[in-house]
Amino acid sequence: MFSFLSSTSFFSPFSLQPSAFSLSSLLWIIYLAPLLAAAIILLITRSNKPAAAGLAIGAAAITCAGSWILFLQKTNLILPGFSWINTGDTLNISIGMMVDPLSRTMLVVVTTIATLVFIYSIGYMRHEEGFARFFAGLAFFLFSMLGIVLANNFIMMFISWELVGFSSYLLIMHYFEKPAAADAGNQAFMVNRIGDFGFLLGILLLWLSVGSLSFDAITTSLPAFANNSTLLAISLILIFCGTIGKSAQLPLHVWLPNSMEGPTPVSSLLHAATMVAAGVYMLARIFPLLHGSPTASSVVMWIGASTALAAALMGTQQNDFKRVLAYSTISQLGYMVTAVGVAPSAGVPMFHLFTHAFFKCLLFLTAGSVMISMHHELDIWKMGGLRKRMPVTFATFLCGMLALAGCPFFSGSFSKDLIMKFAFEQHPAVFWMLVVAAGLTAFYITRVCVVAFFGTPRTEHARTALESPLVMTLPLLLLAIPAVVAGYPFLEKIFIAPLGSMALPHEVPEYLEWIFIGFFFLGTVGSFLLYRNAAKDPMVIPFLANRLYIDNVYDWCVKNIQGAFAKGCAFFDRWIIDGLCVQGSASLVWTLGFILRFLQVGSLQAYAVFLGAGTIGMILLLLKIH
Amino acid sequence: MITLSHYLMASGILFALGLTGVMLRRNIIIVFMCLEMMLSATNLSLVAFSRYGVVQGHSNYQAQMLVFFIITVAAAEVAVGLAIIVALFRAKQTIHTEDLNSLKF
Repeated sequence: MFSFLSSTSFFSPFSLQPSAFSLSSLLWIIYLAPLLAAAIILLITRSNKPAAAGLAIGAAAITCAGSWILFLQKTNLILPGFSWINTGDTLNISIGMMVDPLSRTMLVVVTTIATLVFIYSIGYMRHEEGFARFFAGLAFFLFSMLGIVLANNFIMMFISWELVGFSSYLLIMHYFEKPAAADAGNQAFMVNRIGDFGFLLGILLLWLSVGSLSFDAITTSLPAFANNSTLLAISLILIFCGTIGKSAQLPLHVWLPNSMEGPTPVSSLLHAATMVAAGVYMLARIFPLLHGSPTASSVVMWIGASTALAAALMGTQQNDFKRVLAYSTISQLGYMVTAVGVAPSAGVPMFHLFTHAFFKCLLFLTAGSVMISMHHELDIWKMGGLRKRMPVTFATFLCGMLALAGCPFFSGSFSKDLIMKFAFEQHPAVFWMLVVAAGLTAFYITRVCVVAFFGTPRTEHARTALESPLVMTLPLLLLAIPAVVAGYPFLEKIFIAPLGSMALPHEVPEYLEWIFIGFFFLGTVGSFLLYRNAAKDPMVIPFLANRLYIDNVYDWCVKNIQGAFAKGCAFFDRWIIDGLCVQGSASLVWTLGFILRFLQVGSLQAYAVFLGAGTIGMILLLLKIH
Repeated sequence: MITLSHYLMASGILFALGLTGVMLRRNIIIVFMCLEMMLSATNLSLVAFSRYGVVQGHSNYQAQMLVFFIITVAAAEVAVGLAIIVALFRAKQTIHTEDLNSLKF
């Protein structure tokens, strides 16, 4: 597939006559087809499974084809679109699109992977409840994600950003009758809310300083900050909060492992390949500005590197197949974020995003395949020997796993090694954090491989596991190809090179390559020897298995600090607002009425006396005033 | 010689009688009549003031005009008041004010 498309890029029939009109309508078709599909599925064909799947896959295929056409045309274009909010010079928000090398590469990645995952979902979801709802959610997600990729201004990106969060919430909660899934959806939504708050503040701050929200104005606005680097750093760090939330960086990473409660295609598409990478994509969008602020860059670099290391440490002790992959996603996103901080162009983080999208998506889809044949059992210590029962899944898993572990000649190693080389140029501590994280990555993914696929079956399910149907294995095979080759220089030249130079500023020492290979072998072989014939986990480190107790700290904070605050608010509401203000005024009026009703004596003459007395009283009062 | 104070005294006595009747009598028709008497006492003092109140050598007849209006309005009021009393009697079968106490707490 890739060789075919890359060969056509040299004599593509589409690249002959790029006309602006056809391009803009193509863009609108790409953007709106998934939304239309989602609407039709929800409104019309809700009970019709084949129609729902067909519509969603059709929309994905249309966007995919459109994206490849756009990619092959190589035209840069800013489509003004239509104005949404316009208050003259101060604020002009449009729903418009932007096609440049960055969005073209991202479009191709997103739509290609989405199409494959959509096809895979037919097989994965075939016996599940809410089949049509699921496909509508996927199509809606694709629409939102395309909004992020295509947006030409920050507000449109932010809206799509939130829509992506919303569709993620819906899809995590697909099994909403399961309390864990419902909690995970809520957690994902709320944790992202924290990051998005900072993101929105950052956008507003940038808008106040630059006066525009469009990316082409923002990325060229560096001279405006010449005397005010603090303001620039603050707004960029606030914007980076959005990435911390969406890309699950260190303080806010807790939602991503829990989001594995969603169906596996969702984990694969949203929580590994595309949605969580949106944070990195957003940073790449404003890269020229970010690169101009050393403070913000170093914050980004340190958060990315510590995330990469911490998540790799946590990943070594997880027993849930998908959770290991989730921690590896966090760790790899940490690499991308580090790359944003250390690299001279957006090409480096996007290169890792590009390779990671394929191999991580593949790994998750193999996890789904294993999960289906294991009857939704995900504990790797209940698997074993699946290598012989599921050969296709095993072979494709191996491709993804070697790419993730950084095995030489697999895609992941190219991009990851490049990031580590740039880190070596910048800061030795960051470099060693990343190298250790790479060794740990090799260790934990080999652990999953050895425990789940090698050895003898540990349970009856593992003994009788069956290979998945073709509709699931075909996407696996198709994804295995880019998972292996996506990092090769000839593909890098086509997809990543237009994004900017990836040349190292100085020659790095030769021995770095040997360090990378050394750590890869250390992790893999160590893990293989340790877990080869293990019936139980031979090494339990509670500190790592409990995810550095970060989740417990958050639980404690939510329960005690936030709980106490909520109790205080409830007290204020119940006793001050309700008790004093609402009930209090009511009872004051009631009491006055109760006293005054004793005047109603029921005697006509008494009323006459009151009337007379009142009149006389009024007259006296008036006389007194005069 | 009858002076203003004689008229005013007569008016005061009439008013006091009317007020006493309104306060003390229980028959609503008597109460009503006493009310009318208070009104007439006021009219009397108005006319007396008008007759004796000399402005630039002439009597002031404006108050006498006012009295005509009061009498007219009072006639209308009497018609309405009596109608209410008749309606009240039909509803309650009584004209004693002690029995008209349904608004009592």
